[in-house]
Amino acid sequence: MSSNSHNSINPNRRSRVIIGNIVYVLFLLSVLVGIVGLIVLIIDVLTGGLPWMSWHFIFDYPSRKPAEAGLFSALMGTVWLMFMTALITVPIGVCAAIYLEEYAPRNLFTRIIEINVANLAGVPSIVYGLLGLSLFVYYIGTSDEFLGRSVLAGAMTLSLLVLPIVILASREAIRAVPNSYREGAYAMGADQWQVIKGVVLPSAIPGILTGTILAMSRAIGEAAPVIAISALVYLTFIPSHPMDRFTVLPIQIYNWVSRPQDEFRGLAAAGIIVMLVLLLSMNAIAVFLRNKYQKRSEE
Amino acid sequence: MIEDQSSFTKRSRGSSLEGSIVKYIFLACASLSILTTLAILLTLSYQAYEFFKEISIIEFLTGTRWTPILKPRSYGVLPLVSGTLLVTVIAAMVAIPIGLSTAIFLSEYAPDWLRRIIKPILEVLAGIPTVVYGYFALTFVTPLLQVFLPDLIIFNALSAGIVMGVMIIPMVSSLSEDAMISVPRSLREGAYALGATRYEVSLRIVVPAALSGIIAAFIIAISRAIGETMLVTIAAGATPKLTFDPTESIQTMTAYIVQLALGEAPVGSLEYNTIFAVALVLFALTLFMNLLGFWIVTRFREEY
Repeated sequence: MSSNSHNSINPNRRSRVIIGNIVYVLFLLSVLVGIVGLIVLIIDVLTGGLPWMSWHFIFDYPSRKPAEAGLFSALMGTVWLMFMTALITVPIGVCAAIYLEEYAPRNLFTRIIEINVANLAGVPSIVYGLLGLSLFVYYIGTSDEFLGRSVLAGAMTLSLLVLPIVILASREAIRAVPNSYREGAYAMGADQWQVIKGVVLPSAIPGILTGTILAMSRAIGEAAPVIAISALVYLTFIPSHPMDRFTVLPIQIYNWVSRPQDEFRGLAAAGIIVMLVLLLSMNAIAVFLRNKYQKRSEE
Repeated sequence: MIEDQSSFTKRSRGSSLEGSIVKYIFLACASLSILTTLAILLTLSYQAYEFFKEISIIEFLTGTRWTPILKPRSYGVLPLVSGTLLVTVIAAMVAIPIGLSTAIFLSEYAPDWLRRIIKPILEVLAGIPTVVYGYFALTFVTPLLQVFLPDLIIFNALSAGIVMGVMIIPMVSSLSEDAMISVPRSLREGAYALGATRYEVSLRIVVPAALSGIIAAFIIAISRAIGETMLVTIAAGATPKLTFDPTESIQTMTAYIVQLALGEAPVGSLEYNTIFAVALVLFALTLFMNLLGFWIVTRFREEY
């Protein structure tokens, strides 16, 4: 390695400095591509969508006439889906994380679980959609009354998708609990479950919450797996119970984008604004919780 | 950390009934991930098996025409695979050089305050839902490209590929940066002491030393591009075509799955089973890439 470099490096210091400056500018330009891309994207969405933003857009149902169309059913569908996904994912994800951090012996089985969780994170989301479609919708769900293409089937599918993220985040939160806390509790005579219940979990909850919110904000934007479950994209009602049919924001946006008329493109952009606002506020809550928690633990 | 506790664990094991019951509940939750993988494999294989009872695997894997809905029906998956690869190659051509340069800049050049500004911006880029990128490709990038290529049709692989490239920049850059940051300072300092300039240190010392991590980052990002769905469904078109011309309208494997899933194909029909056969190819391809990335990291890691 060093002999190669020695032969190929030009001894002329000045030309090397010039090349260095050119390379530096190239690196800087590369960084700008990402940043400028993001800015242009946001401007593109805002100019397309802001003219269509209004209260009636948020509180009305979809319509074939662009001027009367709204996304209330999709917005409420998203809220339902997120709520139920969190309800399913959090207990399972936290329990799995507790097992891996506090109980798991260092053996092959544990290693397989860990590799598997990492691998699941790399499976394309549409594949989860097909799993949900054949397992929950058609195999377990026997009719429209039970499971079928319902919010619950969608939430179960999305849960499988975000579970690896929740597990990883919860593990980090549990790992961050100082060991001295555990040892203190053991010294008082607590058994392992009492230590987890009374000491580890209470200190890890803010971190778990932050990780969960971030996982949910990823789930909000997922359209592909939900399309496989819900299929139907034209709904003029909101789900009233977990077995109801539903649609979500990204599917409604996709539906509008894929129509050729400019008016529907505008509606799509307005829908994107609503979705991004939802996403940003969830991220803001997560950051707020993290900062608050960090301050407290430093005291 | 876990070893430290083992003495406590052993003593407390079995000390309460509740404690030993919850342990098994926790174990069951952790095992759910393995069940998920098995369920994916079984579902895809079973439905694909139903499909291959009617269509031969050879015809499926080597056929050059994909028209499962229109007559005359033909079930050659190659056009969908070529569509996926075309978009992925364009995305990689955008994301790999830009992502790697960004990583080098962040790891070797940027002062701390600048890194603290740039990294969150890139994270936002990574967190934007892919439908939004589809909208962006269709309403901004395609019209922009049409200024230079007047004959470009609205739905094309080029625009989808470029936007997908921008989308996976953060993935390439953050994973490569992680690899570069773990290169020990002493290597850099040794090179500086020999009179190397900053770019020589970056390109000839740090990048080679972190190469396994960087290549793994490329592979993981490419695997993500292969599985990406909404962006290509919106912007790349719905015409399966065996072509490597980026200005043409194509269809990817993922976009085909969405197209059929939207139409509520009747369960058990040949149409319904096609999506599982295509998904099996998709799953196999991404799994292969992920395992390859994992293998490269563990096999070629430089230990310092």
